[in-house]
Amino acid sequence: MDTEGLNSLRNGPDDQGRFGLYGGRFVAETLMPLILDLEAHYRAAKIDPAFKAELDDLSVHYAGRPSPLYFAKRLTEHLGGAKVWFKREELNHTGSHKINNCLGQILLAKRMGKTRVIAETGAGQHGVATATVCAKFDLPCTIFMGATDVERQMPNVLRMKMLGAEVRPVTAGAGTLKDAMNEALRDWVTNVDRTYYLIGTAAGPHPYPEMVRDFQSVIGTELKAQFKESEGRLPDAVVACVGGGSNAIGSFHAFLDDPDVALYGAEAGGHGIDTENGHAASMTGGRPGVLHGNRTYLLQDGDGQILEGHSISAGLDYPGVGPEHAFLHDSKRVTYAPITDNEALDAFQLCTRLEGIIPALESAHGLAQLMKVAPTMGKDQSIVLCLSGRGDKDVESVGKYLGLL
Amino acid sequence: MSRIEKRFAEVKAAGRPALVTFVMGGDPDLATGQAILEALPQAGADIIELGMPFSDPMADGVAIQLGGQRALAAGQTLRGVLGMVEDFRRKDETTPIVLMGYYNPIYIFGVDRFIEAAKHAGVDGLIIVDLPPEEDEELCIPALKAGLNFIRLTTPTTDDKRLPAVLKNTSGFVYYVSMTGITGAVIKSRGAVGDAVDRIKSHTDLPVAVGFGIKTAEDAAEIGKHADGIVVGTVLVDAVARSLVDGKATDRTVSAVRDLVADLASGVRRARS
Repeated sequence: MDTEGLNSLRNGPDDQGRFGLYGGRFVAETLMPLILDLEAHYRAAKIDPAFKAELDDLSVHYAGRPSPLYFAKRLTEHLGGAKVWFKREELNHTGSHKINNCLGQILLAKRMGKTRVIAETGAGQHGVATATVCAKFDLPCTIFMGATDVERQMPNVLRMKMLGAEVRPVTAGAGTLKDAMNEALRDWVTNVDRTYYLIGTAAGPHPYPEMVRDFQSVIGTELKAQFKESEGRLPDAVVACVGGGSNAIGSFHAFLDDPDVALYGAEAGGHGIDTENGHAASMTGGRPGVLHGNRTYLLQDGDGQILEGHSISAGLDYPGVGPEHAFLHDSKRVTYAPITDNEALDAFQLCTRLEGIIPALESAHGLAQLMKVAPTMGKDQSIVLCLSGRGDKDVESVGKYLGLL
Repeated sequence: MSRIEKRFAEVKAAGRPALVTFVMGGDPDLATGQAILEALPQAGADIIELGMPFSDPMADGVAIQLGGQRALAAGQTLRGVLGMVEDFRRKDETTPIVLMGYYNPIYIFGVDRFIEAAKHAGVDGLIIVDLPPEEDEELCIPALKAGLNFIRLTTPTTDDKRLPAVLKNTSGFVYYVSMTGITGAVIKSRGAVGDAVDRIKSHTDLPVAVGFGIKTAEDAAEIGKHADGIVVGTVLVDAVARSLVDGKATDRTVSAVRDLVADLASGVRRARS
């Protein structure tokens, strides 16, 4: 835990796993001893120099860190405002930021002597990253993925299978990320002895939100140092997309106590925030509730039943958000705004044509938010997007959408 | 003495375990759900667990999940489940009712408002799957203060070190989940269940009811040798499902549940003979 001062926004969570009102440990008793055990092992690993050394080594030689900080010249000229930069997380091994967290957690799973790994995935980026580290560390893994997502993210499904993972399509509900997480929790509750649940986002019961944030914080820490080296100061704004919010909290955390750095989170606005059950913007269009082990903003009806939500992006199609984001939303430190499917598609195409970079649809939401903010800023200012993933997995669904197929 | 305490004392005096039956409130439709609820005591149920349906029942198997979906599709709400209890209480003053479900609908309803409405309706206790002792301030403590029983699940992963913390604010009875897993799975070792019940009993004077995996009168008789109560749920929700035609209740729906409960009741009655 960072303890830079009493007023620091970086002190969370507390001993109960709370970020203010949010977070906590709302799980069945069967899982409670497991998450307490996980927390104890994580605390020990966090202060163990050998653990850090191994993770750092893998980050450099296996994942390819540090990821570059790239000045997007043509996009900057096109938008006519602040200088636009990309933190190139899509260049990591497996094509997204997800590997950062998976490397950390797989080392923890090994330390704990677990012999089987399970994970949920939406777009398949986390599933691929999990299958990858499981191949490398020789652990069998089962990936739960909504049946709808299996269909719209076929390239990632194939990658997971080739890496040796078992992909279990989940048909309950709308067959998206929420349903995959329910199914993963059911598996965990059944196979508690030997199974490690490798959660991919900064949500779920404590200590997952803290742990995933810690493993992803390398994004913001590197970015801060790289920008300082290049420009000799801090950026004026940082933008990231928010589904569960792991790339966003990883990008933001190093800047939370720098009030001059504006922070923007792009939620999935789907068909528009006014379309009932037609978006996945839990902070803009939801309210606090309890699901999947934590209290956070959720899309739900008046009776507390969880809604399915919608987004063109399978990775953002989740009715909740990590509890630290809920806290940062209430405290107004981060500005969260919805981006519609169409805005994301426009950003996707613009980035592809102007920069020669095909972004993931998730990251395209962040870019669309950047495209709204950058023109309002001065030319001497800088705005950085966490380009969290590459869009190879999306070319087929975007191609269909654009009528190219 | 609460209704739950009284009922356990009665069955103990009769030399048998209590039959605790779970049904989903409002499954398969609101009227049939009410008829099922009201048929349970006469069929031999000693204590009723009434499910509050939730969209994301993470600790339940597919049978109970589908039961919840049927109830929700029929328009069930938390307020509606409380209304079921209110109607039930007009005809039955003695059978204890425990509401079972997940926290979010209660949180959205409002904890204080929910406790007051539950008391008013005639609810005796609560089992909230996703509220472990670490979150006792949320609902458990206020519910206990208001005189509701808060029944906790203990599982094979709850070791001797953790048991006192789990039992600390438990009242009414202890619900021992006989296996790690979701509702509806198959019980593996009956002998281990007896040992576990003895282990829990060394920590508390509360009655211990055993659930998860009990499907037949034979299971009930066998597990009932050691336990103060046995809990059945999945088979009853399954019986509802099997009685439906095109998803709609038939004239067999209520009787299917009633007959099964009567059979299970015969099992608990021969458990110690």
